[in-house]
Amino acid sequence: MISHIRNFSIIAHIDHGKSTLADRLLERTGAISEREMREQLLDSMDLERERGITIKAQAVRLDYRAPDGKQYELNLIDTPGHVDFTYEVSRSLNAVEGALLVVDASQGVEAQTLANTYLAIEAGLEIIPVMNKIDLPAADPERVAAEVAGVIGGSPDEVIAISAKTGAGIDELLEAIVKRLPPPEGSESEPLRALIFDSYFDTYRGVVCYVRVMDGVLSKGDLVKFMATDTTEHADEVGVLTPATVPVASLGPGESGYLITGVKEIDQIRVGDTVTRADRPAAEPLAGYQEPKPMVFSGLFPTVGDDFERLRDALEKLRLNDAALQYEPETSSALGFGFRCGFLGLLHMEIVRERLEREFDLDLVATAPSVAFLAFTTSGDTIEVRSPQDLPPANQLVHIDEPYVKVMIISPSEYIGTIMELAQSKRGELGELTYLSPERVEIDYELPLAEVVFDFFDALKSRTRGYASLDYEPSQYRTSDLVRVDLLLNGQPVDAFSAIVHRDRAYHYGSAMTKRLRELIPRQLFDVPIQAAIGGRIIARETVKAKRKDVTAKCYGGDISRKRKLLQKQKEGKKRMKMVGSVEVPQEAFVSALQIDKDA
Amino acid sequence: MPDQVATDLDLVDISERAAGYLGAYVHIPFCAAVCPYCDFAVVAGRDDLQSRYLAALIVEIDKGPERGPIDAVFVGGGTPSRVGGLDTVLAALERRHGLAQGAEITLEANPEDWTDHKAASLVQAGFTRVSFGAQSFDEDVLRALGRRHDPAQIEDAVAGARAAGFTSVSLDLIFGSPSESDSSWAGTVERAVALDPDHVSTYALTVERGTELSRLVAAGAPAPDPDTQASRYEMASSTLAAAGYRRYEVSNYSRPGHECRYNLTAWAQGEYLAAGMGAHGHLDGVRFRNRRRLEAYLDAIESGRSPRAGSELVSMDALEERVILGLRRAAGVSLDAAIEEFLDAPQGDRLLAAGVISARDGRLVVQRPLLTDEVCASFLAFRS
Repeated sequence: MISHIRNFSIIAHIDHGKSTLADRLLERTGAISEREMREQLLDSMDLERERGITIKAQAVRLDYRAPDGKQYELNLIDTPGHVDFTYEVSRSLNAVEGALLVVDASQGVEAQTLANTYLAIEAGLEIIPVMNKIDLPAADPERVAAEVAGVIGGSPDEVIAISAKTGAGIDELLEAIVKRLPPPEGSESEPLRALIFDSYFDTYRGVVCYVRVMDGVLSKGDLVKFMATDTTEHADEVGVLTPATVPVASLGPGESGYLITGVKEIDQIRVGDTVTRADRPAAEPLAGYQEPKPMVFSGLFPTVGDDFERLRDALEKLRLNDAALQYEPETSSALGFGFRCGFLGLLHMEIVRERLEREFDLDLVATAPSVAFLAFTTSGDTIEVRSPQDLPPANQLVHIDEPYVKVMIISPSEYIGTIMELAQSKRGELGELTYLSPERVEIDYELPLAEVVFDFFDALKSRTRGYASLDYEPSQYRTSDLVRVDLLLNGQPVDAFSAIVHRDRAYHYGSAMTKRLRELIPRQLFDVPIQAAIGGRIIARETVKAKRKDVTAKCYGGDISRKRKLLQKQKEGKKRMKMVGSVEVPQEAFVSALQIDKDA
Repeated sequence: MPDQVATDLDLVDISERAAGYLGAYVHIPFCAAVCPYCDFAVVAGRDDLQSRYLAALIVEIDKGPERGPIDAVFVGGGTPSRVGGLDTVLAALERRHGLAQGAEITLEANPEDWTDHKAASLVQAGFTRVSFGAQSFDEDVLRALGRRHDPAQIEDAVAGARAAGFTSVSLDLIFGSPSESDSSWAGTVERAVALDPDHVSTYALTVERGTELSRLVAAGAPAPDPDTQASRYEMASSTLAAAGYRRYEVSNYSRPGHECRYNLTAWAQGEYLAAGMGAHGHLDGVRFRNRRRLEAYLDAIESGRSPRAGSELVSMDALEERVILGLRRAAGVSLDAAIEEFLDAPQGDRLLAAGVISARDGRLVVQRPLLTDEVCASFLAFRS
């Protein structure tokens, strides 16, 4: 019965206890026994467990018997908690009617939570504010309740205090879910419309779609049609996630579950598409999703040239479950063949890279993250520049535009000064400044995305001793005074180290990079000049002096085995070198030199 | 960069002939004190075990594989000059294997142990060559290195050795310690040359793992600077060359004909017997080593067991080993297919172009000995 269904998501900042709460709900509703309980059951990827964040949306159905004896079906759609994954969040929010806003009782509201809450409010969802970790000695329930209420515009009394760890307050929360959240709307008699809110590829079963039925009934055996791709297939299996996949005869309006058809190719299914019945199609599809737009770009290169094909295969496989990942082949004179990859943000970039290295056993070098600049040329063209190499020569440029983002920072108010100083040094424009409570403040800035991806987050964390949180969303393109700084080793430009930076920062970038490279590049057979240049003009220079001595003093009859071992080690070091022109550069130098500058 | 030296055919001959020699190494671990930089198998304060040790050496020689005759014996340490009774060990070697006509028989000696009487009896026992651990002629440097002699004792020892009739006298020198200056090192080399030794070894002070020196450096004491050491190496090299000493290996110089045959044997992949704790040998394509602890060595011998601690087959790496050992010699190595391939590749060509190596007269020679390991590692990396 549709009136006994509740669909909801959980919105929470990293570490505020979303996964623990999800586990507790699963356990309390008997979806799984305590014995089967693995901590953080919903986070199934190893990386998610390690980092304590959720990357892919997951769904689970809970059967809840309320104290009044009524049986409810609760569908929990998990959402990612990080700014990079806004796209995934908006997917899940379209499939639910309510959301639990979970806030740590000792820490209060964070920027990402707030951003996701606004998304939920915009989507028309009912919000239940929840204060977690009330068992902690540092918990400050009164302050945090007031802050949460302020954010969503309610009363502090509506905030439910729980401890997902001890289980305190979970019963009240379950009651609030059935009492406060509205049941879904929709009619069995209407033509079928089911929203695909996620999909994954299973080696044995092909493409598995997560669906939320809005109208009509989706039954096993139906001939279904994917409206956007205009594909028609039989529904081979329909089921619910408990979280194990359990086949059912049909899913009615308001219900969520999975659908398996004969589709074996992931690109035949588009997340956000509407599933209808071929024999009685819906007139209009549901409002879908925007295509995710990558905002950060980086080159990924295998350290071993032979691994290029393996990297291609790995990226293809990752993309099956990560529609936001984009890539195209790229050639670097320094790093060889690789891929220019587009990511939603820095965390997304890091996670993709780690998954490639861990799950596919690849050794990778990643070039400095870049954003998509727009170059306006004298010939009247507009070129999207995703890699410094693509920037036309200065004499062909009219101007360059760069993407700005609207940045929301939430921090203890004592750090306002240092945050403003930082944002200003990064060309930020102050927007609104709002006190969430006397101690906590929300500061909005317009900032160039390039500055944010470069080192802003690290600098913010260190200046606020980790207390500030940050979220950003795309805003607009603006014309900026940008130049490309090239780095030359022994007179040869090394494309992997080029960067497009603001003219005011060019000298700083150039001298920081030349200094860093001087430390990282081992001494060679000759002096190696390291130069930074804008066009033909050298703006910084360092020299790695020629190596004079590389020999062991003694090698006699008793030293031969040891000598061989030492040389083997030295040989392994040599094998990790990339030849850049005539200069040997260790792989590690690329990695370290491209690491985001902490002291910039 | 120095001009490239033409291949010295006499040196090639001397170096390659050693491949057919049989060497014998005997280790004498006893020292008065352990020098802070030393990582050899040595013991201090265990002189009570000397006679047991010599007896064990003789047992090992008697029971070991029989070869012969021996072309070069090297009694190293430790401080062999502190120990009496080395004649019995030489006698055992001769009994078991025989000594070739004109065999080179070296012992290492510390200047402070040296007496005319000792010198005479060692010559009497058959020793032909003595290598003194002189290290420096600067008293401050000697103290910093933990040495117990003074420069005058070196001069006396060399004179004593000459008088006793040693046919070859060698001096070991250490350079590049943080307590040494350019002028101190120049003075040491000049004073060494003034004694007219037949052979000089100059070693860059090296911080070896597990030594007192490495602990001091880890605790913040100044470490030897490789660039300073490079300069000092070059200083010594030109002074010695001007005085008529020919460099025949990275760290070794001699009057022509006074090259150390025992060491040439090792660099030419020749075979050598081994006796004593921590001693290494090379026979029948196997490199083996003895136990490195004194008690463990004595126990093994005295209970009739083998003192071997381990061994490895050379065969698989023989080709690479020929290059990495041979390139330490001024004579270099003869060109073969593997080397030619390396020289044609960018890795080798880069070294040729920079003048680090040369390939002529059928030989690959390292022209800048201070970069020998760079050459070897490049070759190995190319091969793998």
